[in-house]
Amino acid sequence: MNRYPLWKYALIGITLCLGLLYTLPNFYGEAPAVQVSSVKATVKVDARLLERVDETLKAAGITVDGIFFDQNSVRARFGDTETQIKAKDTIERALNPDPENAAYVVALNLLSRSPAWLTAIHALPMYLGLDLRGGVHFLLQVDMKGALTKRLDATAADLRSLMRDKGVRHGGIARERDQLAIRFRDAEARNKARAAIEAAQPDLLLVEGQDGSDFKLTASLKPEAQKRIQEFAIKQNITTLHNRINELGVAEPVIQQQGADRIVVQLPGVQDTAKAKDILGRTATLEVRLVDDENSQNPAVMEEAARGNPPVGDEYYVERNGAPLLVRKQVVLTGDRLTDAQPGFDSQTHEPAVHLTLDSAGARIFKDITRDNVGKRMAILLIEKGKGEVITAPVIRTEIGGGRVQISGRMSTVEANDVALLLRAGSLAAPMEIVEERTIGPSLGAENIERGFKSTLYGFIAIVVFMSAYYMLFGVISSIALTVNLLLLVALLSLLQATLTLPGIAAIALTLGMAIDANVLINERIREELRNGATPQAAIAAGYERAWNTILDSNVTSLIAGLALLIFGSGPVRGFAVVHCLGILTSMFSAVVVSRGIVNLIYGGRRKLARLSIGTVHWK
Amino acid sequence: MEFFKIRKNIPFMRHALVFNVISLITFLLAVFFLATRGLHFSVEFTGGTLIEVSYPQAADTQKIRDTLAAAGYVDTQVANFGSSRDVLIRMPLKPGQDSAKLGAEVMGALDKADPGAELKRVEFVGPQVGRELAENGAIALLLVVFGIIVYLALRFEWRFAVSGIIANLHDVVIILGCFAFFQWEFSLPVLAAVLAVLGYSVNESVVIFDRVRENLRKMRKASIPEIIDHSITVNISRTIITHGSTQMAVLSMLIFGGEVLHYFAMALTIGILFGIYSSVLVASPLLMWFGISREQFIKAKKPKEEAVV
Repeated sequence: MNRYPLWKYALIGITLCLGLLYTLPNFYGEAPAVQVSSVKATVKVDARLLERVDETLKAAGITVDGIFFDQNSVRARFGDTETQIKAKDTIERALNPDPENAAYVVALNLLSRSPAWLTAIHALPMYLGLDLRGGVHFLLQVDMKGALTKRLDATAADLRSLMRDKGVRHGGIARERDQLAIRFRDAEARNKARAAIEAAQPDLLLVEGQDGSDFKLTASLKPEAQKRIQEFAIKQNITTLHNRINELGVAEPVIQQQGADRIVVQLPGVQDTAKAKDILGRTATLEVRLVDDENSQNPAVMEEAARGNPPVGDEYYVERNGAPLLVRKQVVLTGDRLTDAQPGFDSQTHEPAVHLTLDSAGARIFKDITRDNVGKRMAILLIEKGKGEVITAPVIRTEIGGGRVQISGRMSTVEANDVALLLRAGSLAAPMEIVEERTIGPSLGAENIERGFKSTLYGFIAIVVFMSAYYMLFGVISSIALTVNLLLLVALLSLLQATLTLPGIAAIALTLGMAIDANVLINERIREELRNGATPQAAIAAGYERAWNTILDSNVTSLIAGLALLIFGSGPVRGFAVVHCLGILTSMFSAVVVSRGIVNLIYGGRRKLARLSIGTVHWK
Repeated sequence: MEFFKIRKNIPFMRHALVFNVISLITFLLAVFFLATRGLHFSVEFTGGTLIEVSYPQAADTQKIRDTLAAAGYVDTQVANFGSSRDVLIRMPLKPGQDSAKLGAEVMGALDKADPGAELKRVEFVGPQVGRELAENGAIALLLVVFGIIVYLALRFEWRFAVSGIIANLHDVVIILGCFAFFQWEFSLPVLAAVLAVLGYSVNESVVIFDRVRENLRKMRKASIPEIIDHSITVNISRTIITHGSTQMAVLSMLIFGGEVLHYFAMALTIGILFGIYSSVLVASPLLMWFGISREQFIKAKKPKEEAVV
């Protein structure tokens, strides 16, 4: 009666193997590594870069333990930190000959020493949280009201020029909190204005009113438009943050949206909060300027300009395709006038293109400039850290009105995407404020790992010793089940790549202490059945069966608490809750299925079983 | 080995009133301390800045306090953290203060006064985040209570659910009372521990309730107090061993877990101790007084007979 069908043993066996496999990477430890990733969205990391890094290192005579290429970075592993630092300098010099204008981030990192075949099946070590590895954590609150205000202010400017274009006389446009108020002398002007605004600004909700002798029209953003603006604002802020953090040279930054209006930024290994904060808050802008074509085509002038002496009123730039050009210093248009940039295709040539949308003031300027400069070139620059880069310098073919601008020619789809991203990402869509900040030093991280590890280890040993002494063989079986539980929990955490924090380690220790409850219940129940005169085999069967109901009930109540923590907890609480919930699930499997499997293996086959090794039973 | 060789049922229910009065007094004391002293909330809840600094030698907290006061930081609390070399500095929120610079400035001031100080961590929490954390904590607590009541009501009966939850909320209040009385720091991990205790100590009640339900069906002749006494008695060995094991794990955390896990483990310890007490001596008497009866569990088997009457 106490025999498992073969499939159940197979199930246990397979689970154990998988558990071992995915726990394995945690034992290899970490090796110093150098990670190369791209700073600019326009510079791609690909297999060619891997070769380049490899050759550079070989040429310098640095032994590489392994070099890999993943989605967006090249990582090389080294024997010790000394080689690592030497390698970093070598790669830095080779890839970024001009430190002022670096194209790649070369960062120090730690990489798992586990063999490649483990990495190939996604068996990675547990992902350690900042409190264990050290670093900076920011929680940024995006000022949504600010995003809407910014938009309304831009709309007010649009409306003013719209009124002017349509020849409607108005008594002033003003923003009153979250709406715009437009005053008119008479109803006729108001009706005219209303028709014009409805046609030009579909996002506005218009309400007519009367203020003394004035006729009023109040415009507010429609709820769906507000929602769209807010979603756009947070997306754009995240993109901008990504670009900026890339320059910090952080190996594995985490930038995520949290809730409707917050962004979490985690920078492992970074200690200098002030610098990190400075970079997060920096603004990048877009500029449109005219190209000095005359001088750009003059080789003598260009040669002189390349040496740092451009003609007066011009600046020397190198276009992304490597062609040098001279750009006028006078700024025609700035990124403030840009409302959107999207990649797409030219409707006639089907070439990849970037579609820009300008606000109405920007559209008017753009129209004037293009009309006056047909046949000349126009440069679009991204200015960051006071340094500009020419993204593209197309030839103006015709006058462009309406505020919709298309940049095309000499672009691949990927490039179009990148340019659109860069243009969008230039500045923050809404102001942000740091509402939470945490810096954890590397020594504290290492200390926390040690503390967590010790707590778990000694708690585990104490339980195992006690259980084995108290329940004899059944105690040993329970201990094995507990070990399996620990193994499965670590495997699951590694597989899911859930962030392990110090409270998470505490949850592992606590889970072990709580998981043993199921085995105590079972063992006590078996003793009780024996005491009541059941045969050993019957006692095992009844013990497991009767205890199961209780185990289920008690674990479900624990799971309810765990899930509530998972839903409403944040930060350390969530780290605790994830491990707690997973631990409850694995413990139910290991305490009931695995321990029963072992008991069945040992006792199940014996016909004449006189007694069980479960400690003192008969004392009556 | 066997610790508990109990031959007769222990008459827990005979003294039920005494236990409940003791419970009530502890509960009221806890509420009293919560009301008068209040919880000592950590920076996570109140908002503010926390700086942990490590010195190569024993740190002179008075000197640090003076240094900070001289640098213009008033209202700061300086205390040793874990060892005599580690110091924790707490600063209240000030409008318009730049938190990133604050950390650097404080370190600059400290380093000038006493070189060799190492910055271990800085935590800054804005005011609205703290408020939200407290709100979310309260919601989580309510959700756990509600979830457990519904589950127990479905699996058992509403009387079990209500007595179980009363007993365990009483544990939670007592943990909070202890934190208020000793003015231990109430941080996010402690909140996690409190909620975990709620789930955990309901376990104990569930195990006993399970036995009560089983024995209601089995022991036809026995009275309700006898059944409850018997259920607790046969379980007492498991109760002690299970909680003893959990306590071993928690004790290990209390000893080796360092300062961060200290109060977490402390909350669990109190929770485990009172969890045993409340499940055995609070939940069960409540069950008796709510008036459970055999029919509530057996009638489902003979619906036809009832229909005839």
